[in-house]
Amino acid sequence: MSDARMSGSRIVLRALEDQGVDIIFGYPGGAVLPLYDAIFQQNRIRHVLVRHEQGATHMAEGYARSTGKPGVVLVTSGPGATNAVTGLTDAMMDSIPVVCLTGQVATHLIGNDAFQEADTVGITRPCTKHNYLVRDVDDLARVIHEAFYVATSGRPGPVVVDIPKDVSVAEGEYVPPGTVRHKTYRPRLKGDPGAIERAVKMLISAKRPIVYSGGGVVNSGPSASRLLTEFVRLTGFPITSTVMGLGCFPASDPQWLGMLGMHGTYEANLAMAGCDVMVAVGARFDDRITGRLDEFSKGSRKIHIDIDPSSINKNVPVDVAVVGDCAHVLEDMIGVWKSSGVRPDASSVEDWWNQIDTWRGRDCLRYEQGDGPIKPQYALERLRERCEGRDVYVTTDVGQHQMWAAQFLPFEKPNRWMTSGGLGTMGYGLPAAIGVQIAHPGAPVVCVSGEASLLMCIQELSTAVQHRAPVKVFLLNNRYMGMVRQWQELLHGGRYAESYMDSLPDFVRLAESFGVTGLRATEPGELDKVVEEMMAVPGPVIADIRVDPDENCFPMIPAGSAHYDMLLGPNGDTEVNEDGLAVV
Amino acid sequence: MDTEQRYHTIAVLVDNEAGVLARVIGLFSGRGYNIESLTVAEVDTEEKLSRITLVTSGTPMVIEQIKAQLERLVPVHKVSDLTVDGPSVERELALIKVRGSGEKRVESLRIADIFRARVVDSTADSFVFEMTGSTEKLDAFIELMKPLGLVDVSRTGVVAISRGAGPM
Repeated sequence: MSDARMSGSRIVLRALEDQGVDIIFGYPGGAVLPLYDAIFQQNRIRHVLVRHEQGATHMAEGYARSTGKPGVVLVTSGPGATNAVTGLTDAMMDSIPVVCLTGQVATHLIGNDAFQEADTVGITRPCTKHNYLVRDVDDLARVIHEAFYVATSGRPGPVVVDIPKDVSVAEGEYVPPGTVRHKTYRPRLKGDPGAIERAVKMLISAKRPIVYSGGGVVNSGPSASRLLTEFVRLTGFPITSTVMGLGCFPASDPQWLGMLGMHGTYEANLAMAGCDVMVAVGARFDDRITGRLDEFSKGSRKIHIDIDPSSINKNVPVDVAVVGDCAHVLEDMIGVWKSSGVRPDASSVEDWWNQIDTWRGRDCLRYEQGDGPIKPQYALERLRERCEGRDVYVTTDVGQHQMWAAQFLPFEKPNRWMTSGGLGTMGYGLPAAIGVQIAHPGAPVVCVSGEASLLMCIQELSTAVQHRAPVKVFLLNNRYMGMVRQWQELLHGGRYAESYMDSLPDFVRLAESFGVTGLRATEPGELDKVVEEMMAVPGPVIADIRVDPDENCFPMIPAGSAHYDMLLGPNGDTEVNEDGLAVV
Repeated sequence: MDTEQRYHTIAVLVDNEAGVLARVIGLFSGRGYNIESLTVAEVDTEEKLSRITLVTSGTPMVIEQIKAQLERLVPVHKVSDLTVDGPSVERELALIKVRGSGEKRVESLRIADIFRARVVDSTADSFVFEMTGSTEKLDAFIELMKPLGLVDVSRTGVVAISRGAGPM
């Protein structure tokens, strides 16, 4: 087939096209010039020029997380690839499908310390789900198709394809996607029927049940969230979720207890601690969820549904493990539940709900706005009110503002909430928002950020302007690395080592210098006007919200503490256990 | 919960492709698992498959994690825990260099004979013994060679295979 012969760069573009790619986030350089030449000569795939390769990876993550499709990154060799490492690690930790194409020096130069050479497959091996170095142009099409398969199937993750310059210049044969079948990698989707039977039986026997869902439900696709919602309503059980799973169950539902974990709600964490049967759906018992492991929900029997067998029994031993895709498993569980005539003991579950309602009565997220400086929680409540009833996409950076956003912004649908949960990458929010906006041009996209995080990828404002991505940065500016300051206050005797930032820029003028609208609110009374204007301006906005620098994020389970050792507020009745000092 | 550390011999069938050993070793170092011994060689030239034999130690929970993590690697075809999956045979090969003369030289040869070690190189004042057996047998032999002039040891690490007719 002579028409299937073409240059390596054209093979790449053709393969991307056949994989349904419409957007590439990238940055050119010497080793990828042939690829950029091929991009120039076509118009099916749009290239979004970023300002730093880290930005490209987070944009791809935002794109992927909000669409369910893999995000695609193209960067050059050496520094292009090393700059992408943070975003790749972030995607690895949060199981986000990303395909990252990296340029490499020509094959005869590999290992010679050539200009802009780095051992990209060596560096990215631990931070990708898989990676490839393509040495032969005839392998190129197959490898790219495989990369998409690996990135998107099973537990998703980032895949790197390293392409030496001579391979992208050489002529080779193109093979279409359908002809490529992976030799070994075939994750299991259907759960074992026996295990599903046992799981449902255990749930029916529960007196104090809880559903604990996570990011795996979002990754599985919208049907998993629909089935989870159906299952939870069918059972009448309370549900909580990790920060990664927000949106997989509607926050307006009375069965929703709010987020759990280190900054989760009082009711969610106490329900986890006090339950007798727990079902984890697409969640991985992370240390931010469990707190002190030997005290974690000691009295409960546990069911774990996960597509990744290595997540089972990793941190917490479970009684029933169901390996499979959560949509398939939930569908089967609903079937078994419906066909089984037996139901949980209604009065026990009612008592459990009464207990939960008592916990809810603590109103653990309360704060006092008063006449003083803007409370960040209040700012988020004003934003929430303005966005009510609209299908808004929210990204965050990392720190106090992230946790407040998780606590105060309600999500009704999956794929609307993009945050760096596992790696905790400051700088994620703005580029992720741009990626979301490019995937959803007409939708409102808000990046809730902090001034320290925002500065880590601030250069991407320029990308937002160039590519007409009208993202709204809702900047909770407290002039501190707020979460660092909070830990220093609570655990390190108020010694605020290097957590205060002097000489911060004037964010309004900074925004203006990029051609972005800059707004500011310094008093509570100004908030509504600023939020209104922020949402109404057609282009990108930074809204610099000057918030109370001393506000802390509660509830808080200090690292290394058990769920019942929760701090509820500045006048809380629990002492901080200094054992947590050594635990991150 | 069982917290006792035990040794397990694990066989891993992988695609013989660039970087596959680095993936396995990186998994162990990155997650803090132990490697007591590791051997690798291509076992199927047509299918380009290599077999890695690993001896590792850990609590039952850690061993389960190791197996699940290995299975998660894309080029891995199969993982088999030979310690628990049924009876198996394990062998290790060593080349052992001993220098000496007189009574010590004779003694080393005598012990080698008892252990069924073969002499594969000999000079006026040295031997290289080749020996195959269990790790413990090799350890015992090497221990006995120490006072007799042990110079150098080269060991392959454990290779293992399940007993009976079934494949891995």
